[in-house]
Amino acid sequence: MKGRFPMAIEVRNLVKKFGAFAALDHVDLKIRSGELLALLGPSGSGKTTLLRIIAGLDWPDAGEVSFDGQNALARGAGERGVGFVFQHYALFRHMTVFENVAFGLRVQPRAIRKPDSAIRARVKELLDLVQLDWLADRYPGQLSGGQRQRVALARALAIEPRILLLDEPFGALDAKVRKELRTWLRALHEEINVTSIFVTHDQEEALEVANRVVVMDKGRIEQVGTPSDVYDNPETAFVHGFIGESIVLPVEIHDGVVRLGDTALNIAAERGSAGPSKLFVRRHDMQVSAPGWGGLEGTVRRVRTFGPIQRADIAVPGRLGETVIEIDAPRDRELHSGDIVGLQPRRYRIFADQP
Amino acid sequence: MSGGLRRNTLPGFGLTMGLTLTWLSIIVLIPLAGLFLKTMELGPDQFWAILTSRRTLNALKISFGLAFCAALVNLVMGMIVVWALVRYRFPGRRLFDAIVDIPFALPTAVAGVALTSLFAQKGWLGAPLAELGIKVAFTPIGIFVAMVFIGIPFVVRTVQPVLLDLDSEIEEAAASLGANRWHIVSKVILPSLMPAVLTGFALAFARAVGEYGSVIFIAGNLPNVSEIAPLLIVIRLSEFRYADATAIAVVMLVAAFLIIFAVNRLQRWAQVRAPAQ
Repeated sequence: MKGRFPMAIEVRNLVKKFGAFAALDHVDLKIRSGELLALLGPSGSGKTTLLRIIAGLDWPDAGEVSFDGQNALARGAGERGVGFVFQHYALFRHMTVFENVAFGLRVQPRAIRKPDSAIRARVKELLDLVQLDWLADRYPGQLSGGQRQRVALARALAIEPRILLLDEPFGALDAKVRKELRTWLRALHEEINVTSIFVTHDQEEALEVANRVVVMDKGRIEQVGTPSDVYDNPETAFVHGFIGESIVLPVEIHDGVVRLGDTALNIAAERGSAGPSKLFVRRHDMQVSAPGWGGLEGTVRRVRTFGPIQRADIAVPGRLGETVIEIDAPRDRELHSGDIVGLQPRRYRIFADQP
Repeated sequence: MSGGLRRNTLPGFGLTMGLTLTWLSIIVLIPLAGLFLKTMELGPDQFWAILTSRRTLNALKISFGLAFCAALVNLVMGMIVVWALVRYRFPGRRLFDAIVDIPFALPTAVAGVALTSLFAQKGWLGAPLAELGIKVAFTPIGIFVAMVFIGIPFVVRTVQPVLLDLDSEIEEAAASLGANRWHIVSKVILPSLMPAVLTGFALAFARAVGEYGSVIFIAGNLPNVSEIAPLLIVIRLSEFRYADATAIAVVMLVAAFLIIFAVNRLQRWAQVRAPAQ
């Protein structure tokens, strides 16, 4: 099943506008040959637009896209050697599963089209790969969502693409099937050796499946990195807030002192930072301690207990009124509504507010 | 209800089923049975003689032949109209969309009179055509024109929702698999529309076969030349030859059943290929 060399993709200064809305705002990105990359972001972040431009289904207003150094924008969708899997599968309803998968081979120009026997063999091979050979004669309308998704994948792979693009591949599936297909996609990627990019708004999916993750927001790339990179070392406030669960407190930095309201916190500010900022702490990095040593303090509002942890809403006073944050505490530390507790962040990041 | 019967969750089955059967019997089945009974008065030889008489055969040929041609023209033109209405945005689109329904709504006699005056030798279209030596009104061409007129909405209205429903993503999928424009139209779009197109064709055909009002004004009604089967039935009735009339009617009825059967099969075919929601 090993194809030709997987392709490297480079996107330079890409701009795409829909009316006044900038779907892509000067995007640069290098995608390495053979990697499995996730484009992660909320809806409207431009991730699908980027994918469609790479596929040749949309055209940028400005910028360049190249495959292995060659200009891809000069070629139409069908000439790029790109397999595209649509969120809603886009299967041909009037064709059997077999004919759906065979489509890309049957529409090739006569000069390079394979003989019918070779096409049949190839389709059979692909259906085996996606474990659907027993459904070859069914119509898409008779399949479950997960099966349709796999047919769509087999159809995209039929043309031996050197790049595989998947738009929210698991978006329309239920949670269980989604989990199964995730693992399966990872394994498949290792087996078929094509450069793959998938779009998702589900951080768990991106972090679990991809080699590298591109976090996008409002048409810009916020961060590119390995899953542990973007989780542990978020570079922007957006990434910290979007990936993982974060406690966010509005703080003010003055002469290297971090203040929450009138209280000076005993945490260090990054050098050079000043003015209104946000303190980000992962929930599991916030420890509950005794009050009164002059740090972060708050009043317990509500306590819920389930399993080994208790979760508490804690109101932290600040200059602009209270901020209620949610923290986890071990069961052996008793918390009651109305208690005043101290809070000690083990790890934290401070990002200056965007003007 | 006895223990052996499964209780239906929706009450009122007995009542609605009873009403349905009674109503359908009064409205449809009894009149049709009467038709067959009346035909029975004829012996098989007589029946055969009536059907194979030159005038009956010609009337049936004209009705079915011209209806078939008209439905074919509607199939092609209807699809072009649908394509334009669904795929493009242009000023007056909604107006055109509404105009398609006029043949549905217009009393057929009005349509007949309008078409006749239009295509008569001194009419707006009839005069220039007459100069070219083409006579439309009072010839079989006139029948064909009337049948095209009344049939067009059937094709448009059956294909339109299906084309609207056709996801533009499937065209993009085909394009990214290397299909050119011709492949996309011939292998993806047309086959997806095919059940709807054939249904529209069958409906337009059935309507044209049975059409009476608009045709008789423009046909000229010359026996063996431009006399349609429904008109021949009316003529036989006015001559008090009821059995003759019903014999022709039975042929048309059987044809109607076959068409309905075909439409049903087409719709079931379309359902198999529709996504299971």
